[in-house]
Amino acid sequence: MLHFPPILVDKPMISTLIRDYDLDFNILKAFVSPEEEGVLVIAFSGTEENLDKAVNELKSKGVTIQLIESDIRMIRDRCTDCSVCVGLCPVGALILDRETYEVIFDAKRCIACGLCIKGCPAKAMVSSI
Amino acid sequence: MKTIGEINERIQKGEAVVVTAEEIIELRKTVSPKKLAKEVDVVTTGTFGPMCSSGVFLNFGHSRRKIKMGGGKVYLNNVPAYTGIAAVDVYVGATAMPDDDPKNTKHPGEFKYGGGYVIEELAAGKEIHLEASSYGTDCYPNKSLKTKITIKDINEATLYNPRNCYQNYNVAVNLSDKTIYTYMGVLKPRMGNANYSSAGQLSPLFKDPYLQTIGFGTRIFLGGGIGYVGWWGTQYNPSVKRQANGAPVSGGATLALIGDLKQMSPKFLQGVSLTGYGTSLMVGAGIPIPILNEEILDWVSISDDELYAPVVDYSYDYPNSTGKTLGSVSYGELRSGKINFMGKEIPTGSLSSYKTAREIAGILKQWIKDGKFLLTAPVFHFPGPDSKYQFKPLKEE
Repeated sequence: MLHFPPILVDKPMISTLIRDYDLDFNILKAFVSPEEEGVLVIAFSGTEENLDKAVNELKSKGVTIQLIESDIRMIRDRCTDCSVCVGLCPVGALILDRETYEVIFDAKRCIACGLCIKGCPAKAMVSSI
Repeated sequence: MKTIGEINERIQKGEAVVVTAEEIIELRKTVSPKKLAKEVDVVTTGTFGPMCSSGVFLNFGHSRRKIKMGGGKVYLNNVPAYTGIAAVDVYVGATAMPDDDPKNTKHPGEFKYGGGYVIEELAAGKEIHLEASSYGTDCYPNKSLKTKITIKDINEATLYNPRNCYQNYNVAVNLSDKTIYTYMGVLKPRMGNANYSSAGQLSPLFKDPYLQTIGFGTRIFLGGGIGYVGWWGTQYNPSVKRQANGAPVSGGATLALIGDLKQMSPKFLQGVSLTGYGTSLMVGAGIPIPILNEEILDWVSISDDELYAPVVDYSYDYPNSTGKTLGSVSYGELRSGKINFMGKEIPTGSLSSYKTAREIAGILKQWIKDGKFLLTAPVFHFPGPDSKYQFKPLKEE
């Protein structure tokens, strides 16, 4: 989650960053708050070196960066390994093993968008919030 | 070439050669069809997906002061059962919900509990809260009753599912700009994802496209126990358009399945909730196919790459019965995780669990190899493509 102070809201920072550091991105939420602060929930991917440089540049320009820790988890006993969640997950935190056809949840990649919770018929994806 | 009687003799001696529908596809790559048709006795299939047209007939036995549930009201864990039959006979359907379920008043509703869950809990031996009320008669004077029961207390618990095991089904996409919530799952806008629901090359009716071996009375794996094909299913469509290999290009035949819930397992009868849609029941079924001749061997060897499903828009076309399909994709492409369709790369998801379908085909294979499961010849065959049997829409005034 990136917080842009009012003074930066009208500057094209993300597009420059993506070009300069060759990043892939997925924007999940973007809005300007009533206090004119910019909030962006975004998933970046790229080389570790480029990601570090990108993060440092954002920080040096006054952007606050918050890593979202997802508390979404899978109740293994309820999961039927159907795979509808796999098609819904925007960041590949849910994948289907193409040999065993088991659905695997990688909590580290999860950005807590909650689509899997809505989409799972077995109610196997849950969050404590 | 072979008869079911001969195959059953070999099963009883522990000599039957049994493989799953996936294994026969592999074998077919290196062994000639003639040899396989001669040596393989049975191919097992499996499927585990949401099958809304499912439910259980229950008989509770009489209370001391008798009550007429028939024509009255019955609730199991607050889920209404159908009471339009005899005094203590009811039917609990998979999609029934508590009267006070908010449904889609705040869209999309969660549909947290319903008949599918009651059936799962019955199979699991859990205690169920039973409430009955009625108008009272001279012979059944009791007007209300509350008790707790488990499946052991019930006389009969006969699973009877009017429509299961769809032979092929749609691939659902959403062409609109808003996320939609359907029985095919959550569909993201502008074809953000594509959902399908079939075990494809493992699925029973795809492997017997003309229902030559599957018919009334076919013994099957159902819900973890033994079941039977009880009739052709509702919406049965034998005149569906087919490929040259006999596989339907869209939803074709269906089966009504029946069995004793008391010997089934919640692992293969699981209640589910489809956001914005309702509750359902995931049903595990597996059907053995006797390899009587080379033609049957050809059908059971069809693979996912040779089976196609129609892509349908569920935002407008499906709800308004336009009959339009956007194209078709193979199950091989669907199962790869993404399809290239209309110039877009679309991630796919399946409502049907391939892992469990594989497990069911494996269990059925073992039962047959162990001599515990004999095959049955159909008492009669269901209507075929030449029968003029029609699947019609509702006639409206």
